[in-house]
Amino acid sequence: MRQAIVEGKVWKFGDNISTDLMMPGFGAMSSPDMDLREAAKFCMRANRPDWAEQVSPGDIIIAGRNFGCGSSRPAAKLLKALGIQLVVTESAARIFFRNSINLGMAVITCPGVRDAFAEGEHIRVNMETGEIRGVESGQILWGEALPPDSPPAQILRAGGLIPILEKRLRKTE
Amino acid sequence: MGMTMVEKILARHAGLESVVPGQYVWAKVDETNAMFDTFEDIEKLGVKEVFDRRKVYCVSDHSAPPANISTAETVKELREYVKKYHIANWYEYGRHGIVHQVNPEKGFVRPGELIAMIDSHSTTYGAFNAASCAIYMDAVYLLINGELWFKVPETVQFNVTGRLPAWCMGKDIILRIAGDYGTEAALYKAAEFTGPVIRNLSLAGRWTICNMAAEIGCKFAIMEADEKVYDFLKGRTDLPFTPVSPDPDARYAQIYQVDVTNMSPQVACPHDPSNVKPVEECRGIPFHQAVIGSCTNGRVEDFEMACRILRGRTVHPDVRLLAIPASMEVWRDCMRAGYFDILTEAGALVCHPTCGPCAGQHLGVLASGERCVSTTNRNFQGRMGSPHSEVYLASPATVAASAVAGMIADPRDFLEV
Repeated sequence: MRQAIVEGKVWKFGDNISTDLMMPGFGAMSSPDMDLREAAKFCMRANRPDWAEQVSPGDIIIAGRNFGCGSSRPAAKLLKALGIQLVVTESAARIFFRNSINLGMAVITCPGVRDAFAEGEHIRVNMETGEIRGVESGQILWGEALPPDSPPAQILRAGGLIPILEKRLRKTE
Repeated sequence: MGMTMVEKILARHAGLESVVPGQYVWAKVDETNAMFDTFEDIEKLGVKEVFDRRKVYCVSDHSAPPANISTAETVKELREYVKKYHIANWYEYGRHGIVHQVNPEKGFVRPGELIAMIDSHSTTYGAFNAASCAIYMDAVYLLINGELWFKVPETVQFNVTGRLPAWCMGKDIILRIAGDYGTEAALYKAAEFTGPVIRNLSLAGRWTICNMAAEIGCKFAIMEADEKVYDFLKGRTDLPFTPVSPDPDARYAQIYQVDVTNMSPQVACPHDPSNVKPVEECRGIPFHQAVIGSCTNGRVEDFEMACRILRGRTVHPDVRLLAIPASMEVWRDCMRAGYFDILTEAGALVCHPTCGPCAGQHLGVLASGERCVSTTNRNFQGRMGSPHSEVYLASPATVAASAVAGMIADPRDFLEV
């Protein structure tokens, strides 16, 4: 997530979408060395069986409350492997939030977002200001932007935690 | 301005006099763990040493021992990394346990410490007065540098008062809180559990509450330390520690008063840990599998409670009961106490320590259309196996009573004669 403004097509999800749904124990978790793209096919299979096949790179998820609740398993890796570039939620679970940032996939909290946009609409999001604009509707909402000098904002700008570590370790060599 | 326990621990580990909610800090972490993929990442980065090999604990617990080749390969890798990076604490099968049980047993935690580790139930160590939170990807950074960034969370307090009825356990208290206040009650916050009921509760019961507090969204769950904690730590650690207590003028985002007098045993219905009902409203629901175990309820006290109900009774013919002690120490203590005789005479299957069915990995995965009554921590759709299975969460007392009845039952109907 190096760029400040992203745009994409919206997929909508409800409340309490757990990491068990994103990365099910019966599929992705039982084979920990499974290729990410293979594992991603199991994403949301229990609640929305065809979804993983329909997602296109650059799509955006809009979700309800407590998105990513439950297990700390790195479910955000699978969303990223499917091409999801951003998640906008009413509220997000903490470990999912941190994992996503560390992978360079932004999660923005924006109360009211779920009812403001429909599935299939396009939204344009300014990561620095938190502005969320409906491309077709013109409707504007304001999400919570991260303070630009905060560690999570720095990690996002660098494209994730590993790029930051690579850079830092090169410096100390 | 006064500070809460978590604020004090974060300030101390960040080298600051004080911190306030919302502030970003970098803080030194006292202990952590690592998985095979954490090591894979640091190896790829060319890192030769972890920040402190004595502060890293490794165990394979989710599918222990491996149920398939894929998992076996990753456990093999983990063992190799443990040797390569000279990790001081590794628990091979037979000396192992579920991480949140075996770690405290091995002297991992002390009051006043800051812990960050892989696994969402890492809030558990709050029962020992540590500020402990779950991470995953961050482990790479932590394993190299020994520190992490934290946003200082607001604290909510649960003041648990009244008289805890017979047959109600720590599990019933945390289920009640999840049911009354929801899975977001402490989202991105620290949860402090206090009050006379917590003080009178066993360490095992507190362990359950701080463990399952992950289900109310919290970043940290914490309690004050007392003699029960110090007694447990005796002989397990000789490192010094400094417990924390909240200041009288500490600030809380919210204080919840939880009166447990007259509380019924609690049951969380599918597919949400906050979909909680008193057991009376669930009585009679038939099911196929009962599980007593997990990092939430796999301790000696849990099997003692189950055995009080199962002694002289038998598990219903249409039901299987899995008893899974959370560590080998618990396993041996249960064996010596004679609990395995009671369990097996009742027709239960006594297993070895593993997360197993709780994480839908092995040793009791559910088929489609199957229903499980379990002492574990999550009942999300597909959690224990098929997406078309169901999980009800309850205390060991309620699960044992249900296993005898063959349907969800009220443990109060099984009062000892």
